[in-house]
Order: sequence, then structure tokens, then C-alpha cells
Amino acid sequence: MSARRIFSRPARFAAIAPYVWMVLFFLVPFAFVAKISLSQTAIAQPPYTPVFSLAEGWSSLSEAFAALSLDNFRLLLSDDLYLASYLRSVIVALTSTAILLLIGYPIAYGMARLPKRWQGIAMMLVIIPFWTSFLIRIYAWVNILQHDGLLNQILLALHLVSTPVVWLSTDSAMYVGIVYSYLPFMILPLFATLTKLEPALEEAAADLGATPREIFWLVTFPLSLPGVGAGALLCFIPIVGEFVIPDLLAGSKSLMIGQTLWLEFFTNKDWPVASSIAVVLLAVLLLPLLLYDRLQRRQLEESR
Amino acid sequence: MPKPSRLSRFNVASLSLGLAFLYLPILILVIYSFNASRLVTVWGGWSMRWYHEFFNDRAMIDAAWMSLRVGATSATVATVLGTLAAVALSRGQGFRGRMLFSGMLYAPLVMPEVITGLSLLLLFVALDAERGFWTVTIAHTTLTMCFVAVVVQSRLVSLDRSLEEAAMDLGCDPLRAFVMVTLPLIAPAVVAGWLLAFTLSLDDLVIASFTTGPGSATLPIRIYSEVRLGVKPEINAICTLVIGLIAVVIVIASLASKLSSDRGESAAPL
Repeated sequence: MSARRIFSRPARFAAIAPYVWMVLFFLVPFAFVAKISLSQTAIAQPPYTPVFSLAEGWSSLSEAFAALSLDNFRLLLSDDLYLASYLRSVIVALTSTAILLLIGYPIAYGMARLPKRWQGIAMMLVIIPFWTSFLIRIYAWVNILQHDGLLNQILLALHLVSTPVVWLSTDSAMYVGIVYSYLPFMILPLFATLTKLEPALEEAAADLGATPREIFWLVTFPLSLPGVGAGALLCFIPIVGEFVIPDLLAGSKSLMIGQTLWLEFFTNKDWPVASSIAVVLLAVLLLPLLLYDRLQRRQLEESR
Repeated sequence: MPKPSRLSRFNVASLSLGLAFLYLPILILVIYSFNASRLVTVWGGWSMRWYHEFFNDRAMIDAAWMSLRVGATSATVATVLGTLAAVALSRGQGFRGRMLFSGMLYAPLVMPEVITGLSLLLLFVALDAERGFWTVTIAHTTLTMCFVAVVVQSRLVSLDRSLEEAAMDLGCDPLRAFVMVTLPLIAPAVVAGWLLAFTLSLDDLVIASFTTGPGSATLPIRIYSEVRLGVKPEINAICTLVIGLIAVVIVIASLASKLSSDRGESAAPL
């Protein structure tokens, strides 16, 4: 019997503690979200009914089931505000992902063509902003984009505009913030795929008479599609639920769904509606999440 | 004949523009934190004024202290759990519920924070837990252990398994082989995982807002409520301090990962 087999058995026991933790603090909480999304709003603390606890036994369980209602979901459907919010989130996420791809791909491609010893440094330089606080990086843009901020000062000094331009509280400011924050998430998977490509493939294409443009579109780009998929999902999914960036940089005319959820929860104290928003958001994201999970797992199996 | 450079002018341009885009805003923020003028946009000469202001701001200091404690505690628990998870994923083959396990570890990496935050809060309320330090710490542990698992796992996967197997052939039981051979080899990745978990916790606004209670605001919560009221020079100073702290963390982490690759190379021929 190989040592590998012997090692694998105790390694499984290592799963117990993190497994229990994730079930308890990641999986079970979703059950509570689902449950409270079916409850009625109440002016109380916590602000919802019915409260059910397993301690009261099974009889209370059936009562609790009887009290469940779909009212919150009906509300989501009947009020245009929520639908508009979901729609805006998906559109913003799709647009941002497309912009990120357009900006991120050339950068990742440039990185992949650097000499080996420079690649590590370039990767480091892309990762560092990811470590630096998200909130601080958005705040840095508030500094730059505000009415008398640096951007307007430069534009005025160069006589490109005669009066300060309103940047803050616009969609453009939000897109700048999103692209700025998520760029590393797009670049890194692209770079990982592009560096793994066999240079011989491009050379072979060149030997067979392909122009650089043909080489890129017929060889390099199709082979980098797994990286494109990974990067796109890694950006798209969290952007749909983004809160901080639209809150600080975009106007308050139309809200993204993360903002609506936040508003219902913190301002209106309507936990059941906030929960049902989360349930629907999760349903919207289920397909991309499953795709992402499959991609991750395939990568893991390949590297084993 | 010298090898022609594979870099085109387009490659160079996109690289330098990309890096400038990533770094200029942070640089501007740091410079303006030393601005003597109260008006954020008027340069009034170099000054440490806003740093003094921060160190005299009791509420800010309390929030910073809370964040550091939450960060250190949650990063430590997350590192233990995340490393165990990484070992199970890369070494334990085909145990029951492996699909669910890896799914649960990958999903939080992309899950919108409003969902994670709300769901954890509802759990804490249902458990009637007092909200504050511990609830935020548990929430951050849950999020960051997934990042630790990814970092450590990528190291474990690239590790030469014959080292562990040799240790066991020489009479080590699996636990001993892990502690004596595997753990020292992955130690730099474990350190890097801890540091990443720490900075992620220090950074989080959304999950902390949901899971904290009255009177125990973290630093990002305080910064956020100030920023909503407008740009204040003091915030520039705080942000610069946080960036400085993270810079130190990154240097340690990169030293650790350099150590990791050096050791990996020297260990391979054995």
C-alpha cells in the first residue's frame, strides 16, 4: 500500500473542523435568510414575526409554517423600484465586466510577454492594490473626482474646460471606481492562462505565415478563453451585489440592488424585505456561481 | 544575434498606463495627507497636523484598536481552519461531501458581501448572541479562511509529495510526517495566508456593518460614516497609516513567499 494512500486518510480528518465551521456559519445562515424572507415585518426587536425556535418543539414548527407568507416576494414583483434595481445591477455588472476585459486583457498580455524575472515583479505590482483597503481606494477617487478635486483643477489649468465638471455622483465616477477596484481580479486569471500558453504554438503559426494579428485572434485569444471566463465571473458576481462603490461614487437617483438591500435593512429596518431581496439576488447569481465553482474545481483537478 | 524583444510598443504602453492607473490615486491620497491646508484641494505646505488630529480622536483610535483585535483574532482562527481545509482538499482524496466542501470554500470568495453579512447577522440574532467583537470576528473568520485555504492549497499542490512519502517510508506516522515535513515546507504560505486574512479583515466594511453591535464600530465603519459627510483631511491621514501598515504586511508576505520558493527548490533534489 502506497504512502500516498495512508496519508490521504488522516488528511480527510483535517476537513472536519473547517467543514463544521462552514456549514454552521455559511450554509445554515442561508436557511435563516430564506426563513425570514417568508416572515412578516413587525415593529419589534428583532423586527420580524414569526420568531421560531427549535426549542419550542415540532408543534410550533407547523404553526410557524402556517404563518409563512410570500408577501415580501409579491412586494418585490409589484414595486418597480426593486425590478429596476436588479436590472440596473446586472447591466452595471455586465458593462463593467466588458470594460474590465478591454482594459485588463492588454495589461495581462503585456505581462505575459515580459521576461520571466520581470513577470514576478509585475504580478506583485498588480496584487498589491488588492491588499490595500477597498474603502480607501474608493475614497482616494472621491478626493480626485470631487467638485474642486485634482481632476477638475488639472482640466481647468489646461483650459480643457471653463467650469468645473460634475464627476462625483455620476455613473462615470462609479464605473471608474469599479474598474479601478476590480482590475486585479481580471488581470490575474488572464495572466495565469496566458503565461501557461506554449510559445511554440505562436511560433508555429508565424512559421506557417500568419500575421501577428492573425496569430493573436486565431491562436492566442481562443486559447486564453478559460482565463477570460474566470476573470469575467470573478468580477461579474461580486459587482452585481456591490454596495460601497455605487454608494460613494454614483448618484442616488437609481440604486443598485446591494444599496436597496442596505437601505431596507439599515434605514427602513425591514429585515424580511431585505432577506427576500437577498434570496432573489442569490437566485440571479446561482448560474454564474455554479459556473465559477465548476471552473475552480477543474483547475484544482488539473493541478493535482 | 541578440534575441529580439517580444514586447511590442503596445505591450509597454498598456503595462505602464495600467500600473499608473492602479497606483496614482493612492499616491495622491498619501501626498494630500501631509497637506497643511484644511481645504483638501489647496496645497498649504507639508504638515503632520492631520496625524495629530487622528491621535487625539478618541473614537477613531477605539475603532482602529477594535479593527486590529478583530483582524488578529480572526486571521489566526482562519489560518488554522483554512490550512486544515487546504490539506483536506489537496491530500484527502474523495471523502464524502467533498463537492459541497470545496463549493462552500470557493463561494464566499465571490459572494456579494451584503448577502454574507445579512445571513450571518440573522444567524446571530436567532442564536441571541450579543453583537460586537466576537460576532464580527466569527464573520471575518468565515470569509477569510477561504482565502487562506486557496493560498495554502496552491502551495500544497505544487509541493513534491515524495517528501512526505519518504518520511512515512522511514517510519513516521502521517501526523508526524505532516508536522515534521509538510508543515515546515508550507509555513511561508501559511504566513502569507495569515497576513492576507488580516488585511482583508482590516478592510471589510459591509460584513462588519451587519454583524457588529452598538458601540463597537470597526475602523472602516468609522471611516465610511465620515466619508459620507464629505472629504476630511484627517481621513487622508488615517488611510495613509493603514496603507503604511499594509505595506509592511506585504513586505513580510513577499519575503515569506520568496523563502517558500527558495526552500522548495533546495528541497526538491533531496
